[in-house]
Amino acid sequence: MPELLPFIKNLCSLPGLSGWEEPAARLIEERWRPLVDQVSLSRVGSLHGLKRGTGPEPRPAIMLSAHMDAIGLMVSGVVDGFLRVSSVGGVDPRTLPGQLVNVHASGGGEAETSSLPGIIAQPGSRLLPPETNDGTVPLEYLLVDVGLPAEKVKVLIKVGDLVSFASEPLDLAGGALAAHTLDNRVSVAALTVCLEELQGRPHAWDAWAVASVQEETGLTGAYTSTYQLAPSLVIAVDVTFAKGPGSSDWQTVPLGEGPGLCMGPNIHPKVHKALKEQAEKLEIPFTLEYAPRHTGTDTFAAQVTAEGVPAALIGIPLRYMHTPVEVVVLKDIQRAGRLMAEFIASLTPESLQTFAWEK
Amino acid sequence: MAAFGPSQIKLLEKLCTAAAVSGDEGEVRSLVLEAIKPHCSHVRVDALGNVLAERKGSARRRLRVMVSAHMDEVGFMLVAEDGDGLYRFEPVGGIDLRQLVGKAVLVGSKHTPGVIGARPIHLTTAEERKRTITLETLRIDLGPGGKADLGDRAVFATRFIYNKPSIMARALDDRLGVALLIELVKEAPENIDLLAAFTVQEEIGLRGARVAAHALDPDLAIAVDSTPANDLPDWEGKENEAYNTRLGFGPAIYIADGSTVSDPRLVRLFATAAEAEGIPYQYRQPGGGGTDAGAIHKARAGIPSVSISVPHRYGHTPVLLARFEDWKNTHTLLQAGLRRLTPGILAGERK
Amino acid sequence: MKKLLQKLTETFSPSGYEDAIREVIRLEVKSLADEVRTDALGNLIARKKGKSAAARRIMLAAHMDEIGLMVTHVDEKGFARFTGIGGIRPAAMTGTRVRFVNGTPGVIGTDRMTDASRAPSLEQCSIDIGAESRKDSAVKVGDVCGFERPFLDMGKRLVAKSMDDRIGCLVLIETLRSLKDSPNDLYFVFTTQEEVGVRGATTSAFGIDPHLGLAVDVTATGDTPNCLKMEVGLGKGPAIKVKDSGMLADPRVVAWMIAGAEKSRLPYQREVLEAGSTDARAIQLTRSGVPAGCLSIPCRYVHTPSEMVDLDDVQNAVKLLTALLGKPLPKELE
Repeated sequence: MPELLPFIKNLCSLPGLSGWEEPAARLIEERWRPLVDQVSLSRVGSLHGLKRGTGPEPRPAIMLSAHMDAIGLMVSGVVDGFLRVSSVGGVDPRTLPGQLVNVHASGGGEAETSSLPGIIAQPGSRLLPPETNDGTVPLEYLLVDVGLPAEKVKVLIKVGDLVSFASEPLDLAGGALAAHTLDNRVSVAALTVCLEELQGRPHAWDAWAVASVQEETGLTGAYTSTYQLAPSLVIAVDVTFAKGPGSSDWQTVPLGEGPGLCMGPNIHPKVHKALKEQAEKLEIPFTLEYAPRHTGTDTFAAQVTAEGVPAALIGIPLRYMHTPVEVVVLKDIQRAGRLMAEFIASLTPESLQTFAWEK
Repeated sequence: MAAFGPSQIKLLEKLCTAAAVSGDEGEVRSLVLEAIKPHCSHVRVDALGNVLAERKGSARRRLRVMVSAHMDEVGFMLVAEDGDGLYRFEPVGGIDLRQLVGKAVLVGSKHTPGVIGARPIHLTTAEERKRTITLETLRIDLGPGGKADLGDRAVFATRFIYNKPSIMARALDDRLGVALLIELVKEAPENIDLLAAFTVQEEIGLRGARVAAHALDPDLAIAVDSTPANDLPDWEGKENEAYNTRLGFGPAIYIADGSTVSDPRLVRLFATAAEAEGIPYQYRQPGGGGTDAGAIHKARAGIPSVSISVPHRYGHTPVLLARFEDWKNTHTLLQAGLRRLTPGILAGERK
Repeated sequence: MKKLLQKLTETFSPSGYEDAIREVIRLEVKSLADEVRTDALGNLIARKKGKSAAARRIMLAAHMDEIGLMVTHVDEKGFARFTGIGGIRPAAMTGTRVRFVNGTPGVIGTDRMTDASRAPSLEQCSIDIGAESRKDSAVKVGDVCGFERPFLDMGKRLVAKSMDDRIGCLVLIETLRSLKDSPNDLYFVFTTQEEVGVRGATTSAFGIDPHLGLAVDVTATGDTPNCLKMEVGLGKGPAIKVKDSGMLADPRVVAWMIAGAEKSRLPYQREVLEAGSTDARAIQLTRSGVPAGCLSIPCRYVHTPSEMVDLDDVQNAVKLLTALLGKPLPKELE
C-alpha cells in the first residue's frame, strides 16, 4: 500500500472547497480505484466506492461517509485591485489576517486558471468604519491582495472565484501533522485505511465508501448519497474537537488517544454499542463523546433521509478546527480506519436484526 | 552598474528564510558576513552584534558615509512551558496580536515547527467572536511531547513568493535593506568611504544603530529601511489621505518622522539625483515612526542623516508584500545619490 | 408585460394562502402549456412536454407566495395584533397599509415609542381596520394580509410590493410564451411557501424528480446609498447566482448559464449574496441530489412594500431562459 502521510499532505493541500470538490475527488478516486469494485460520482459530485460483500443477495449495505469538502473564501467584489471576500463554510474572521491564500482566477482563460498567491489583509483602522476600532475586524472589511496591478486584477479575477488557504503542511512532534483542511481530509484517509484493511478479507455486507460533498454548507452530499445508495447502516467519520489551548471542556477529547465514539439522539445506540465493543475487543483506544442534541455531521443527514437509517459517528480528534493550522495525530486516523474495517468484517447477514430497538 | 535581478531575489529569499528576532540576529549575521567578507578591507562584529564593515574609496577627498540596515525582525520568545509541547510566548517588537491566530511558526535555531491555534469556531459564541483573542490564551503548540528551550525565539513560518511584480515574504522589513546594503558593499562608489552597518535590535528601540554610529563616527549617515505602505482603499470610498507611502511609487525619502528631522541637504541631494536620472521616488508622509537614523543623528556631536525606505504593505505581520521595482529603484537611487556626494555638501550650515 | 406584472403584484397571496395568485397565473399559462396541475401543497405545475422519451426533465421554480402578516389577537376595541409570515422588516411597518385575503383593508399603527429613533418590534404594532370593537371586526385570529401598495411604472424601473417573487413568475410565464420548441421536458413550477422555508419547492421537486433545477427569484443589490457592499446592480443584466447564504450553485449550472448568456450576447452579472436563499436549495437536496442554480432579478428594497426592478433585466432574463431551454443540455449536465 502506498504510504498514508504523503497522501494526506497532498489531499489537504488541494482546494476542493464546498461545492467545488472535484480536485479532491479526483485524487481520492485514484487512490480508491484499486481498493474497490466500482467507483462513481453522484449527481452532486460525491464519490461512491463500492466494495462488494460475500453474503447472499439481497445483501445489506453499510455506507461509510466522510466529507471531502473544505472551508474557504469566495471573491464577492473587486475594489482598486483588492478583493472583498465571502466565506464558504464556517470561517472565524479572527483567524484570517496575515494568511497566505490561493485565488483561483477564472478570468484569464485556459492558460491562467491556475492559482494566484495572495495575502489576507486587515486594512488599518483609519480605513475602516470607527466601529471596528482596534478590535476584531469582521470578514466584510478584510481584503485579499494578490500583488498585481489593479487593471490586471480586474481582468483575471471575477466575482464568484474561489479563494483557498495556501499554508503548507508541517510535521510536528509526536507523530502530529499541522495543516489547513485536515477537516475532513483525514477522515477520507481513515476511510482509505479501512478499505486497505479490507483487502483480501471477506465481508458479508456490501460496503460503500463515500467522500461526500458540501458538508460544511448543509450536509448536501450526505442527504443525497444516503438517498441514492439506500444503505442499511451508515457510519460517518468526521473530525472532533481535541483538547488543547482554548478548548478543554466536556465537548473535547484528548489528542492522540484514539477516536471519539459519539452517543446521543443522532446516533443509533445499538450501533454505537457494537462499535464500542469492537474497539474494546481489538484494544483500540477510544474516548466516549456526547452530543445531547445534534452532531452537526453527515450522521444527521443520513439518519433522517428517506425512511431513516441507523447511523453512528466516529470522530478523529483535531485541534484548532477551522483554522489553517489544524493539528491531528496520525495514529488516530489509522485507529479509526482499522476500527471501521474490523466492524465491517464482523457483520453477518443477520447483524441487521441485532440493531433493532426492540425485538 | 551591475544588473539587479534574479541573483538579488535569491539573496533576498535566503535572508528572509533566516530568522533574526531582535537580540538573536545570528542567522542573518552569518549570511551577511559570508556575503560581504570578500569585498571589504575591514569587517568586525561589535559588542551588541552589529556587523560593521568598511570599504574605502579611491578618490582623493572622500566623505565617510555610514549606511545602515537592520538585520533584526519582530518575533516571539518562549517564556513558559505548559507541558506536552505547549509553550507560552511574548512578542518581541510591535506585533498586532490580531495577526497571531492560525499561524505556523518556527522555533529556535533548529526552526522546529509549531502552530498557534485557537478555539474552534463551532465552540465559540457570536459574542465571543467579536472580542479579540488575548495573548494569555494562546500557545505555541509543537505537537505532543514537542520540546524547545525557554528563551528560544520564534518567527512566523512563511514561505517566500515572488510573482514578478511583487514579493511576498516574512521579514522584508528590513531584509530588503540588508540585501541592498550587501549590494552596496559589493559595488560602492569610489568617491566615498562606505561604512556599512548591519544593525541589531532596531525593532525594540534602535539600539544597535546607536552604538554603531558612535563607533563609526561618520560624516553623514543614511538609513536604508523598509516602511509601511498603507495604500489600501478606504472602506467608505473616501480618498485615502494617510497612506504613509504607496507601492509602485519608488523609494521613499524621509523628510521627517517621529524620531528624526532629516538633514535637508541630504533630502535635496537624493531628490535631485532621482530627478536627474529619471528614478521614481516619493516622500514618505511626515509623521510618526522611526528608523536607525533616529539613533544615528544624535550620536556624538550629531551626524547629518536621512532615511530611504523601500515601501511594503502589512508590516509586522506574517507576510509582507513589496514591489520588486520599488526595491530595484531604491538600489539605483542609493547609487545615484552616493555618487553625487562631495565634501562640499556639508561645507555650509544645515539648511 | 407591464400589465400582467401589475396584475401579478396587486394580488394578495401570503405564504400558505396562494389561491388568488394561483388563479391569476393559471389563466395565463393554461393555453401555453401541455398540462397544468396543482399538487398537494398548492404548487402550480405547468408542463411543456419534451419531444422524446429521453428528454431531460428541467424544473423551473418561481415562488408565487409573498411575505405578509397573520392576526394573532383582536382586542376589545377591534385592533389586531399580528405575527409575520416570512422575513418581515419591522422598520418598514409604520404607516404601512395592508389588505386581507378576504379584501378587508387596514393600516398599521404602533404603540407609544419612548425612543422615536428606534424601529418598533412587531409586538408593538397593530392593524387598524376601522372597526370599533372586536365584535364588529371583519378579521379574526389566523386571518392573513399582504402589504397594500399599487404597482408603480417608472418607465425603465418598476416598483411594487411582492416583486419578490412575482417578477420571477412573470419571467417564467413570458419564457413559456416565447419558447417555441424545446428538446427538454420543462416544468414551470409556481411554488408555494418559499418565504417560510422553501416548502413548496421541496415537495414539487420530489414529485417531478428533475435532472436539473433552476430557481428564478430576486436578489439584493449594492447600488443604493450606504448599502451593503455587493457587486450586483440594477440594469446590468440578470444575475447568475454563484452562492447565497444557503446554497452553493452547481458549478456546471453556473457555467451553462454564463456560456448561454455570452453566446446570446446578453448582459449578465455574477452574484454572491450574503443573506437569503431560494427554491434552488430545496431542489438541489431532492432525492439523490439535483444540479441546481438560480437566475436572479436584481431588486432594490427587498422585503419592503416598494421593491424595485429594472425592465431590461427582466426582459434579458426571459431571453436568456428562452435561449437556454430551447437547446439540449450540455453533456456534463445530462
